[in-house]
Amino acid sequence: MLEINNLHAELEDDSEVTILKGLSLSIKPGEVHAIMGPNGSGKSTLSYILSGKDGYKVTDGSATLGGVDLLDMEPEERAAAGLFLAFQYPVEIPGVGNMTFLRTAVNAQRKARGQEEMSAGDFLKEVRAKAKELQIDADMLKRPVNVGFSGGEKKRNEILQMAMLEPKMCILDETDSGLDVDAMKLVADGVNALRSDNRSFLVITHYQRLLDHIKPDFVHILSGGRIIKSGGPELALEVENNGYADLLAGAA
Amino acid sequence: MAVAQLKLDTTTNRLAAVTVPDGAVWAQAARSDALARVSAMGLPTRRDEYWKYTDPASLVAVDAPAAALFDNGEGPLFAGVDKVSLVFVDGVFDAAQSDDLTGTGLEIDQLSTVTQTDIHWAKDIYGTLEERGQNPVARPFAALNTAIATDGIVIRATAAVTKPVHITYLHQSTTSDVTLHHVVRVEEGASLTLLETGPGAARLNTCLEADIANTGQFHHIRVQGNDHERRAVTHCFAQLGTESVFKSFTLTFNGVMTRNECVIDMRGDDAIAHVAGACVGDGDDFHHDDTVFVTHDALRGESRQVFKKVLRNGAVGVFQGKILVKQGAQKTDGYQISQSLLLDDDSQFLAKPELEIYADDVACSHGSTTGAIDETALFYLRSRGVPLHTARNLLTLSFLAEALAEIEDETLAEELQTRLEGWLARRA
Repeated sequence: MLEINNLHAELEDDSEVTILKGLSLSIKPGEVHAIMGPNGSGKSTLSYILSGKDGYKVTDGSATLGGVDLLDMEPEERAAAGLFLAFQYPVEIPGVGNMTFLRTAVNAQRKARGQEEMSAGDFLKEVRAKAKELQIDADMLKRPVNVGFSGGEKKRNEILQMAMLEPKMCILDETDSGLDVDAMKLVADGVNALRSDNRSFLVITHYQRLLDHIKPDFVHILSGGRIIKSGGPELALEVENNGYADLLAGAA
Repeated sequence: MAVAQLKLDTTTNRLAAVTVPDGAVWAQAARSDALARVSAMGLPTRRDEYWKYTDPASLVAVDAPAAALFDNGEGPLFAGVDKVSLVFVDGVFDAAQSDDLTGTGLEIDQLSTVTQTDIHWAKDIYGTLEERGQNPVARPFAALNTAIATDGIVIRATAAVTKPVHITYLHQSTTSDVTLHHVVRVEEGASLTLLETGPGAARLNTCLEADIANTGQFHHIRVQGNDHERRAVTHCFAQLGTESVFKSFTLTFNGVMTRNECVIDMRGDDAIAHVAGACVGDGDDFHHDDTVFVTHDALRGESRQVFKKVLRNGAVGVFQGKILVKQGAQKTDGYQISQSLLLDDDSQFLAKPELEIYADDVACSHGSTTGAIDETALFYLRSRGVPLHTARNLLTLSFLAEALAEIEDETLAEELQTRLEGWLARRA
């Protein structure tokens, strides 16, 4: 599904700052991978580079989604190709209604894939059903995108978008940040409901507790712009118990 | 001396070329007084402080610069609204295209008819509100308008009028130079909605005097149309009685020169005045100027100014807004915001917010911002699959939304929103 090979990247404005230094990762359909790592290890940057945010320059390596070169595409083309990033800090957009935004996005992706646009009626029916599962009330759908939403509401809104857009590859960037235990459970349930044989997840997190709810198949430790260790779920527990220091020392 | 001489010469030249219409004694008196005011104050030059950001040369010129006609095929605005429709073609009233001058709770006449009558209520207003509005800042084009306006609409609302009055200004001659003057009187407890749409002329000078009695309500929605080369200088003078309401919204598309002045005099206690505007401009020959002056001269007045401008390809936007709170106008609540969205590095926004307060128990706030499209929001939208140009347009419309929200009638607001979407889509 997602193949990242020897990816090198630096800040566009400052080539002195290299963020990724040869990152390789292979995610097969249906798999859930978790990336953990200390602050500044390049976790969020990886998600931005994959989704096409400005400000970074890829100097070497490749990233493909279903065999298609991701790095050559505009952000909207990557989305239409099936990539989805759940933001660590979902953006507030005053003046754009949540429903308008969602419908524009869904139909833009359908159009880009040569599918027929969803009718207003069908869209409404589907969004209501999916919102209900995530305990998002009608009022939240009517409000401007993320404006006045609590931390938990913003993250649930991300998962709602994911559910509506039905991506192949989902990247969750510190989705657990700013969530209390109940909210995290709700968000994790939303994600688990979307797990399937042809949809993959990359879960970026600092802490093991999210992985109690979203059980990963593989766990990777990212440090200094590279994956220094990979393993099963037990690796996350090791981090939880011992911190990163041992792993970093081992890698050095 | 040279500057004063230039001002004198341009004023003399222009006034030598104008024709003052004939009329009843009161109308003639109002017009000659106005003409004397223009002579005394002189027409503006770029050296006048009030015209520092907008060059009045093309408005002062004896002949109107030609303006090509432009039709983007969108059809007339507010076609589906049940209304009293009045049409001017290059400033000439077109009775055949207009509805009868009648309406429930309404008295409507043409100014050119009224000014031939010896006794009419409009004589107490015509030129009077304009003259009061000349202090403390001179507004020579308004005085010129009072002196030479060939026609206009005179409306008196005596009850809650449900049908809006809609004035359409059609532009058919590339060189038309038009001056129209409207007078509105909203009686106690009455309400009226006035719609104005269209480019009107190559050069259009309109003046609206609105006298709103105690508890009266006047809503004004205007759309200044699409012709790229048109010029307009407009004035609105509103005088508010106790517990009266005045709400005015203007949407402007294109035009090489638009100067909209709104002068509001809050004379009665507990009055509410909202004036708002949105404009979209594309190209380095686009120039749009909103100049607002709100005077609080009574207790507990609420005034609100909301102006938004979207500028691209070198377009220029100007905002000069003032709130004057006179001594004794306690508990005044004044608000002013002017913002521009610059879609590139070539466009310009010039803002001059002013507060002048002589009462000690008031709340007045003002703000002004200039910015580009929010890149974070743009990326967020694109990451969901929204194409770049659609995302930019969504964010541009969201920027304008606060100004459009000032329109109370949702149907009218939606129609204007659709026009804005069309304007943006044509520039994708």
